[in-house]
Amino acid sequence: MRYTLLLHYAEMSPSELGEEMLAEGRRAFASYASTLHQAGVLVSGEVLQPSANSTTVTTVDGQVKIQDGPYADTKEQLGGTFVIDVPDLDAAIGYAKQAPPVAWGTVEIRPGAVHVVDGTWHPNK
Amino acid sequence: MTPDAVRPAAMDKAAAAAADQANRAAERVARGAYGRLVALLAAPAGDLALAEDALAAAFERALTTWPEAGVPDNPEGWLLTVARNRLRDIWKSAAHRTSAPLEAAADTGADAYAPFDALDPDAIPDQRLGLLFVCAHPGIDAAIRTPLMLQTVLGFEAARIATALAVPPKAMAQRLVRAKRKIKDARIPFVVPDRQAMPERLPPVLEAVYGAYAIDRCDEAQYLAVTLAALLGEEPEAWGLAALVTLSLSRKNERSFSPPGGEGAAFVPLDEQDPASWNAEMIAEGESYLARAQKAATPGRFQLEAAIQAVHCDRARTGRTDWPALRILYTALNLIEPSLGSRVALAAVTGRIDGPDAGLALLDEVAAEDFQPYHATRADLLARAGRKAEARPAYGRAAALSDDPAVARYLRTRERAVS
Repeated sequence: MRYTLLLHYAEMSPSELGEEMLAEGRRAFASYASTLHQAGVLVSGEVLQPSANSTTVTTVDGQVKIQDGPYADTKEQLGGTFVIDVPDLDAAIGYAKQAPPVAWGTVEIRPGAVHVVDGTWHPNK
Repeated sequence: MTPDAVRPAAMDKAAAAAADQANRAAERVARGAYGRLVALLAAPAGDLALAEDALAAAFERALTTWPEAGVPDNPEGWLLTVARNRLRDIWKSAAHRTSAPLEAAADTGADAYAPFDALDPDAIPDQRLGLLFVCAHPGIDAAIRTPLMLQTVLGFEAARIATALAVPPKAMAQRLVRAKRKIKDARIPFVVPDRQAMPERLPPVLEAVYGAYAIDRCDEAQYLAVTLAALLGEEPEAWGLAALVTLSLSRKNERSFSPPGGEGAAFVPLDEQDPASWNAEMIAEGESYLARAQKAATPGRFQLEAAIQAVHCDRARTGRTDWPALRILYTALNLIEPSLGSRVALAAVTGRIDGPDAGLALLDEVAAEDFQPYHATRADLLARAGRKAEARPAYGRAAALSDDPAVARYLRTRERAVS
């Protein structure tokens, strides 16, 4: 069963964080990815650029509209995702608890419905 | 107990006697087996709604078949066989339907029911404990945990739970459906947490079972609490909860009954109750559960609350209330799990031992403006201190805050008595 861990947290610039905090964050993410990989549950992981670099595309009155900024302009933003493949929600909760952003934000566990492998859709089992 | 799910539809009067016998057999099986069968049928794919439907259909079939064919030797096994065959049929047809790729997510597989093939209907395993942990899973909304237990383990209909909770029946039904869908779709496992996870996972289960008692002071809640304790084996707090519910229910016949610890604690003057009206059998039963709980080095919240109830019940034997013992227990409860209820109760008990002024002094530190027991206790202490002018408005405020009309009436009587 695939679960996507959505990492939400307040965005801070590198200068706000400072070099030491940044290095510590990188270490924590590296160690977390390695934990997931060694457990054989890691499907993919990605840390996103700041939401200031986001561009949104939507349709307004039949016209495609392209706009600067993220979908929701909130203090906390989606900062990254991990997709894991584990037997059940308890296992997913176990890995979500170890995700570094638990310490400074929120980790949402969203079960997958279907996903694409080699161009075809597969149910989440 | 009669789970609403097995209540018979209109039936032919000619076959009334046989139908009655079948009906009674179904009810008998349902009491012990309903939750066991639901747990077993739902566990493989986590689908509670489907398991309940299949079981309801099996009960329905029993009520048409048993009057003619007679009640089978192993009714529980008979019901399981009918229900699981039905589940397998549903899954087979579902597998055929879900061929479109984007709908395929619904197909968690008919293979999930393969374990049933090896199942011996004569030796049905009990997976209710796993089901209880599913109902009170941290991923399930806390407000729906108790209703889920009442429905899936005890077979209550949504409408009955809605009435007990004063919630519109349609809203309750929808919330139950949503919770069951999440259990299935997010795959919450039907397992008993291991030793490491238990300290975190057990309290919400105890809380939800206690909730069943709080909303519907019934024998079913006591059955649930005792079942949980028995299934867990040697879990002191579970036995403490079983003792608490049993001892509290032993005084159910008294109109001035109040739930322990929580809201209403220390409000109703237990000392005015006639111990002869209490259920001696239940008191003995509750005390035996408490004895099983007391193996723990440090008593937990439910054991302390059960012990408080045991002290009150002991008046049936000794003819007097042991206030100093109550003070020790409430002091301990305030240390490990302080609540408004326990603080107000400690003030009331202190008032009995050291005089009303000492109780009022403790109560002043609580100051809970909208908490009914606070005002009821304050009124009682003021009346005992002879401060009538202050006692009257306190009784009035307590009466106004009472949910239970009988309690409000009682308080109004008191208000008039101090005038």
